[in-house]
Amino acid sequence: MSLIDLANPTRFLALSARVLPWLAAATIILLTIGLYQSVTAPDDYQQGATVKIMFIHVPNAWLSMFVWGVMSIASLGTLVWRHPLADVAAKAAAPIGAAFTFLALLTGSLWGRPMWGTYWEWDARLTSVLILFLMYLGLMALWRAVDDPSRAARAAAVLTLVGAINLPIIKFSVDWWNTLHQPASVMRMGGSTLDKAFLIPLLVMAVAFTLLFVTLHIAAMRNEILRRRVRSLQMMQASQKAA
Amino acid sequence: MSPLSALIRRDIRIALRVGGGALIGVLFFLTVVVLMPFAVGPDLALLSRLGPAILWLGALLASLLTLDRLFMADHEDGSLDLITMSRTPLELACAAKALAHWLAAGLPLIVATPVLGLLLNLDMVATGAVTLTLLAGTPALTFTGMIGAALAVTLHRGGLLMAVLVLPLSIPVLIFGVAASQAAISGPLSFGAPFSILCALSLVSLVIGPFAAAASLRHGLD
Repeated sequence: MSLIDLANPTRFLALSARVLPWLAAATIILLTIGLYQSVTAPDDYQQGATVKIMFIHVPNAWLSMFVWGVMSIASLGTLVWRHPLADVAAKAAAPIGAAFTFLALLTGSLWGRPMWGTYWEWDARLTSVLILFLMYLGLMALWRAVDDPSRAARAAAVLTLVGAINLPIIKFSVDWWNTLHQPASVMRMGGSTLDKAFLIPLLVMAVAFTLLFVTLHIAAMRNEILRRRVRSLQMMQASQKAA
Repeated sequence: MSPLSALIRRDIRIALRVGGGALIGVLFFLTVVVLMPFAVGPDLALLSRLGPAILWLGALLASLLTLDRLFMADHEDGSLDLITMSRTPLELACAAKALAHWLAAGLPLIVATPVLGLLLNLDMVATGAVTLTLLAGTPALTFTGMIGAALAVTLHRGGLLMAVLVLPLSIPVLIFGVAASQAAISGPLSFGAPFSILCALSLVSLVIGPFAAAASLRHGLD
């Protein structure tokens, strides 16, 4: 079992059909646990109950960058190894990533209102995530601008790799620019500054959201493969009619 | 004459003659700057405060406007295929074309900046700062924009799409360009820090731009 075995779309469809129910079940279980823990987590001494937005906001923000990372690896797969499923993976991931990014911006703005007194602030972290959102939308527009999927795939792969420069900018924006957004507290040198009561639900939610992404991504990849099959069948039918 | 210098001279010559229209960029720049007093009102104090931002936005939009000619005209008359097939590495050819584009379309914008600064009531220091930051920043605009131009030419109908793809990539250049000019005029911060980040952005784009553009041309044109 290796990546090369998955290169055959039929084998991918068969394998993913078996894996998908288990993934979906694991996602639901973990999300339930995570949401329960989030709701029962103690209030913060400063932020009160609004701290619970964190359990939704942080996983979304983490996924918004993780999905672009997945797309960058898939783009390498398209350009370097010419893996036949790489562009399917990249295309299927873009709308999901855009949705996570949008939710991260939305929950962040809802959290910002009671904490900072403003829905939106032109701070480095917020602005760079907004740019990420714009790039997701541009990438989706690029996918739709070309009829031939393999041609669109290579153009999109170049843009994805160029856009990956934004990821370290987002990650380190809170350290480079001293602005409103709080500095990194979960993943940092010298361990997390978060209390265990918050850290454990947060990590459960992060894993649950990642599983959610994997489930949605595989389902979207299956749809994309089937969509391409329908397309090629229609084209075969059209050419037979013409002949 | 080496193939690269021939390519640069050819591109500059085409751009400066009628039809290439690099100087239309300057005209567009002028129009954007003239529109601003109509939009925000002819308050000279306000205009001089907004001046660096207006000039940067105008230069950004003007260089975006001229970018789609970078590969499109060559693609239409077939010379892009010759450039792709020649023995000169495509990355170098892309870099040469971008350099020619910057010389023909970017440099006139910088030359025009002091004149337009007069219209916006900028003083000597502010004008100098904006001109210097534009000199350091416009190569980054050209070389990242080239990626979008290369993607657009392979898509055949990429005009508006190119703007959507390129503008997010040019936001950091805009941020640090305006930040450096503001710092030189009024700011408590030093001019050096944002200015050196701006230079770094230009240098990074000089490296990444040609490779990404050549990759998308190579994959898109078969």
